[in-house]
Amino acid sequence: MSETPLDPSKIKSILATDCGSTTTKAILIEWREGEFRLIVRGEAPTTVEAPFEDVTKGVLNAIEEVEELAGRKFLEGSRIVTPTRDDGVGVDLYVSTSSAGGGLQMVVAGVVKTMTAESAERAALGAGAIVMDALASNDGRRPHEQIRRIRHLRPDMILLSGGIDGGAVEHVVKLAEIIEAADPRPRLGSSYKLPVIYAGNNKASDQIEKALAAKTDLSVVPNLRPVMERENLGPARDKIHDLFMEHVMAQAPGYRKLMEWVGVPIMPTPGAVGNIIQTIAKQHGLDVLGVDIGGATTDVFSVFGETFNRTVSANLGMSYSISNVLTEAGVPNVMRWVPFSMDEKDLRNRIRNKMIRPTTIPHSLEELMVEQALAREALRLAFEQHKAMAVGLRGVQRERTVSDTFEQTGSDATIVDMMALDLLIGSGGVLSHAPRRNQSAMMLVDAFLPEGVTRLAVDSIFMMPQLGVLAEVHPAAATEVFEKDCLIWLGTCVAPRGQVKPGKSFMTVEYTKSTGGSERHEILFGDLQLIPLEAGESVRAKITPAKGCDVGAGPGKTVERELHGGVVGLILDGRGRPIALDPADPNRVDLIRAWTHALDAYPEPEAQPVG
Amino acid sequence: MAHAYTPGLRVTALAALQKERILPLKGEVMVQKGDHVKAEQVVARTELPGNVHSVNVANVLSVLPDEVPSKMVKKIGDPVDVDEPIARSSSMFGLFKSVAKSSVKGVVESVSEVTGQVLLREPPIPVEVHGYVDGEVVEVRAEEGVVVETHGSFVQGIFGIGGETFGDIHMIAKSPEEVLDASSILPEHEGKIVVGGSLVTSAALEKAVSCGVKGVVAGGIDDSTIKDFLGYDIGVAITGTEEKGVTVVITEGFGRIPMALTTYELLKSREGRKASMNGATQIRAGVIRPEVVVPLEQRAEGGPAASVVAGGLAPGTRVRIIREPHFGALGTVSELPSPLHRLPSETMVRVLWVDLDEGGARHLLPRANVEIIES
Repeated sequence: MSETPLDPSKIKSILATDCGSTTTKAILIEWREGEFRLIVRGEAPTTVEAPFEDVTKGVLNAIEEVEELAGRKFLEGSRIVTPTRDDGVGVDLYVSTSSAGGGLQMVVAGVVKTMTAESAERAALGAGAIVMDALASNDGRRPHEQIRRIRHLRPDMILLSGGIDGGAVEHVVKLAEIIEAADPRPRLGSSYKLPVIYAGNNKASDQIEKALAAKTDLSVVPNLRPVMERENLGPARDKIHDLFMEHVMAQAPGYRKLMEWVGVPIMPTPGAVGNIIQTIAKQHGLDVLGVDIGGATTDVFSVFGETFNRTVSANLGMSYSISNVLTEAGVPNVMRWVPFSMDEKDLRNRIRNKMIRPTTIPHSLEELMVEQALAREALRLAFEQHKAMAVGLRGVQRERTVSDTFEQTGSDATIVDMMALDLLIGSGGVLSHAPRRNQSAMMLVDAFLPEGVTRLAVDSIFMMPQLGVLAEVHPAAATEVFEKDCLIWLGTCVAPRGQVKPGKSFMTVEYTKSTGGSERHEILFGDLQLIPLEAGESVRAKITPAKGCDVGAGPGKTVERELHGGVVGLILDGRGRPIALDPADPNRVDLIRAWTHALDAYPEPEAQPVG
Repeated sequence: MAHAYTPGLRVTALAALQKERILPLKGEVMVQKGDHVKAEQVVARTELPGNVHSVNVANVLSVLPDEVPSKMVKKIGDPVDVDEPIARSSSMFGLFKSVAKSSVKGVVESVSEVTGQVLLREPPIPVEVHGYVDGEVVEVRAEEGVVVETHGSFVQGIFGIGGETFGDIHMIAKSPEEVLDASSILPEHEGKIVVGGSLVTSAALEKAVSCGVKGVVAGGIDDSTIKDFLGYDIGVAITGTEEKGVTVVITEGFGRIPMALTTYELLKSREGRKASMNGATQIRAGVIRPEVVVPLEQRAEGGPAASVVAGGLAPGTRVRIIREPHFGALGTVSELPSPLHRLPSETMVRVLWVDLDEGGARHLLPRANVEIIES
């Protein structure tokens, strides 16, 4: 890594890579005609595993593809030239993210499961880690069981917290003693001590050092829960990133070389995605929900108000983990989204075959429909987990008034508010590469059930990670490319919360188009309508829900909102929340077909039953 | 996209194979370089530290944590037995006495004056590593383990259950299409690795366990069979630690799929020979496939088949189709058109033309949906 500080005004060309577990993706961003734009993208298989065991080989291959497509040279031998030379060879900045080799795997520990352990989990998740386990003094396990668990897991690092500053030290020291007794070994390599970060009661720091300094590589940072009412996750997250670079990445094959090439530290991929989502939410004052569904894991990111949350569902994905989606969701929940009748045994075998041959792609329309049914459930389950984690701080004493007596929401309630949500962004193969964008929009709406008025977008070629790490050093370039080249605007979903009798009027939407002419759409309960409205167009609409139903202003109240178009258009969703879709309903197939037809999701005529 | 194909599974009549036999922690290597070892022979062993138990001595004795060290009757490193006193206190001029006892047999690991907790460690747990295959020790890694080299036939499966085992190969299926059910498994198959055809049923697996069969190899298996047999669904394809008494290797995939003829014929030609097999499967991060190894007397030329890096697809490459339609069929690549092609699912992909072995029909398929048959 270069030692001289970067001057963003001198950066005119940027090369960014994301080393995923299967593919390394490279993008070239350049300053052209007064703005930063994505120029080309290349990719190559990741080379962390045998027989190559050197991540830089895959990086160079991906960059070579970019060189060919851009008609420029960035490499000299097997080195990236930075900054750009007078002869035009090279780039001004090279940055990278990585999730190869299983990403960053952590164990967290805290005194109380729903307080400091939960805060520690949020800190680790926010830094881009997969949390393998969260230990707590009150997690119901006996010390020897906790010790066995730590020893068995072999994490990349441990984050230990507990107690407010100046509080009782005994419990957190006891946790440190458990970690010491486990004598944990790092996952990669045996030649170094396991990094442990202590972010708990400052009064216990000396005793923690006494217990852990000899057996682990201990770092002490400010308490992540200094007082009950406040989290201070920043120092712990920063330390996790530092240690990720110094220890975990340095042990992975080829990363020492890669670390010398980059202009800013390598970030864990999900940490970088969280970064760009936070940047966008802050710049535009939006409540944003983002999802990245991969082959093995699904990450959900949210920004509501000023609170950022990220969760990773380690075993929900579309290839390696596809069978687990079926197991966790249950066959009926998956089958309900399949727009034809299908034998359960056939479904189960097909999904298992995808698991053992994860790189295969759906050839027939029926196979695509089955995968997209699975995707809805994977997204739904990952979102459920996110809502359960994205909660207010627990253990905080609140003053309650008489009116609060009837208010059931406490600190356990999720802060994810679908009515307040402004923007829903999907990313990952099944969403970014769906043959029709209408399919991506439908999967997002069916899985997340947005309420009120919500804009929908997908990450066109999954470049959020690269833009996230770029935002660290050049936020202007990152956000410019994010908005102009990364996001594909699908359109806007309008969906009232509530229910009326089937076939009754559920909502009216009225607006005047910029080209003149007013339109009025009445949506009956159970209906789904797609109204064309192109990307770049928007209308000021008056939306009136049925009595007792809500589109954002309260039951039965009309709202006026800007509705933005996109490659799909306006989705007027009259199916209510939640969508009543009974797997056993004999009319289920007809219902699903009516919805997919309304959204023009699949080619006509639709598939016939398989088999 | 040039790499958009799945590397194939190896099925080879004679290859040199090396197996790393490494301890989880440092320990003692029991054999020397050049030694001929048997699959069941212990080649290295070590001891894992025992489990740790805690006793809250401060609570038991009703003393402050910093007083605990002075109340200990056992010191760090002392051996203790179950119910043996480890700390004592007395109060009111010796009138009231309290005793903290050990909950396990082991040694005193640590005494904390902050928490008042004493940790006791149970005796070490012995761990042994076997040879796994009959062969020769070609490398000794001091205190870690060995590399055993063997020459013989090698069949990689696609999915398996259960860990390492060994036994003589016995063909039950008379053809690759035959289903292996309970009636085909007999008491005389005890200790053997039995080979079925297109499918192994749940009842057959149960019967195999009751007859003491060591391993089952078959073309396909129903997902529901795995659930019935294990009692739970496999969520993520990481297997090998199941302890059901029999190891299973599936060569083709889920559902009823005839075993590839080359695989079937190879196993048939090795009937009666001792084989080693392992069901351990891991699809993610460092792929591990289940396998059957049949050591032979002949030596493969060219030395150990180190990591085989598959060549690319080309006209004439033998492939297996790994997704519907034509799942499981074998064929030969006849053409590799460059432009992207729109599939019936409307996905735009790189494709190839395959001449199927059976019927000779020509089909246009995504390159990602075939795997190269490696030998």
